[in-house]
Amino acid sequence: MKRGTRAPAFRRDSVAWELARATLVVLAIVGTTALLLFAGGYAVDSGLAALWRGSLGSWYAFTSATLVRAIPLMLTGVAVAIAFRAGVLNIGAEGQLLAGAAAGAAVALSLGSLPAAIVVVLALIASAVGGAGWAAIAAFLRSRFGVLEVISTIMLNFVALHAVSYLVRGPLQEPTHVYPQSSTIGEAIHLPRIIGAGRLHSGLLLALGICIVAGWVLRRTAAGFRLIAAGESPSAASSAGGIDVMATTTLTFLVSGALAGLAGGVEVLGVTFALYENISPGYGYAAIAVALLARLDPWRVVATALLFGGLEAGAGAMQRDAGVPSTLVTVIEAALILAVVAVGALRRRSSLPDTATSPITA
Amino acid sequence: MTDVVEPFLAATIRTAVPLALAALGELLVERTGLINIGLEGAILAGAFGALVGVSSHGVALGFMSAMAAGLIVGLLFIAFVVWARADQIITGTALTLLSMGATGTLYRAVYGSSGVALSIPTSAALPIPGLAGLPVVGPALFSQPPITYLVYLLAPALAWWLARTHAGLALRAIGDRPDAAEAAGIAVDRARALAVLFGGALGGLAGGTLVLAQAGTFAEGMSAGRGFIAIAIVALGRWTPIGVVGGALLFGAASALQFAFQAMGWNAPYQVFLAVPYLLTLAALAGAVGRTRAPASLGKALEPRR
Repeated sequence: MKRGTRAPAFRRDSVAWELARATLVVLAIVGTTALLLFAGGYAVDSGLAALWRGSLGSWYAFTSATLVRAIPLMLTGVAVAIAFRAGVLNIGAEGQLLAGAAAGAAVALSLGSLPAAIVVVLALIASAVGGAGWAAIAAFLRSRFGVLEVISTIMLNFVALHAVSYLVRGPLQEPTHVYPQSSTIGEAIHLPRIIGAGRLHSGLLLALGICIVAGWVLRRTAAGFRLIAAGESPSAASSAGGIDVMATTTLTFLVSGALAGLAGGVEVLGVTFALYENISPGYGYAAIAVALLARLDPWRVVATALLFGGLEAGAGAMQRDAGVPSTLVTVIEAALILAVVAVGALRRRSSLPDTATSPITA
Repeated sequence: MTDVVEPFLAATIRTAVPLALAALGELLVERTGLINIGLEGAILAGAFGALVGVSSHGVALGFMSAMAAGLIVGLLFIAFVVWARADQIITGTALTLLSMGATGTLYRAVYGSSGVALSIPTSAALPIPGLAGLPVVGPALFSQPPITYLVYLLAPALAWWLARTHAGLALRAIGDRPDAAEAAGIAVDRARALAVLFGGALGGLAGGTLVLAQAGTFAEGMSAGRGFIAIAIVALGRWTPIGVVGGALLFGAASALQFAFQAMGWNAPYQVFLAVPYLLTLAALAGAVGRTRAPASLGKALEPRR
């Protein structure tokens, strides 16, 4: 995000530099995990072995656990990344994901008479609209009343959770009214599986495509430039750049919500095939770590989402095989976010005297 | 009517006390220009700290360790935001996430993964002679655990301290013009650090109250957004201690409505009542803007270190 301001001799964008950085991050995560396992009195070797087995240890683990979890993390990660780039601190990806999942499930369950392919497309569109609609509440409160979006989006996360809880016990509950979940979505409306890759579904291609396009928009288009300018220096963007900052940030907020909502729709049509309360194990919160670690770049989000997908998958295996609480991943995520902001802040302090006005200089 | 009003009042106070504690702490933090979103994490850490303390040494030590746990979260916030000048919103969010992960992990590691229903000693009600006998309001207001009386004392004390002491004046100056305060010889960073520590300790106490004076047990994520609600209450209370207590009472009353409605036989999906505090927070934040003056430097990026 400081492209152009650094001395070219550093070559911060070079592939070798990127790889070195990625290796360092992976080593840091494994090291932190080992340290936490040790501190918690767990067997470090069997814990790490389970982490490996559950994430990368086999083709099945890689496709059906790691990649399946990377899909919602890519979508929510890119949602958070573009919002943060525009200076919108959208912490509400979790609620937007839930709203999208509910909207997608409702459409998929109610339009059974239409051709399957059309229903899939409509359900995905509905999930994006649902997520954008959920974000619109916070976007409106921000633009109209100046309500801090950090707080409003978190409040809306809780409201979304209770709304889904109501839906799966009320209007969307399965016909026997025994379980708090919706009916199962018919097999024809599932996202097609990727052949030879276990439970991996074609949502991966959608998520990858969106990350690539989003990165391209930010790098190469006028809209992307306006977004970044509005985030880095709102006053300069509006006075010198003639950019309508409020319109830009509001639109970005809605697109961010739409992408998080799409994550919910993809999850419903590709993994859970029904709506229920615990449909997301906190993807919307993990997305913050995914986005920050990717330095808010949609292309790098692909890599960090894979990393966190593997971490979540491995944590599941650690819980099953080594009895390590899976909440350990949340600790690692939080530690990573803190490390990223601290490194950014300390580097800024030691570098040029120009005080960055961007809220996040990760 | 008494059979509806009395439980309603009691429920109002019960919900308001932890919110008021957390919000009074955050009030001082915000008066120095910072926003500590990690307050949610401090409350959750306090709840877990209370569990650890009470199961070994009883209720009083439970409150002490709740405060200590909140202080740890405050210290981390100071290290990242005041010392390293990292972004305060992201840091606060990460600290909340850290607290959720750490308390969840420790709880499962120490007390078993399926969350055994722990039963722990709780802080008994301490009726105030005379006042507790008042009709209707007596039992609700004056037959409460001691922590409630702390709120009654703390709010006016803080109001006096902010308005009438040199230290209070200095604190307010920092929030409005940190650069001018620095130039006037006020140790801005130190004052901010102390305010954050105070806020962390009160956040921890709020969490301790949930465990020791109300639930009688710990559950993962039991802070349930109270830290964020408390931040909204600070704005609703217009950054004054008395206003903050009023805001907390308003929230308590709104949440207590569900008990009153149930007692009156009203029927609505229970999720509606569960969502009320969060919706009310949104309404409060929208309504609080414009009619009130926040500390001028609130939430702004900290000035570079000299």
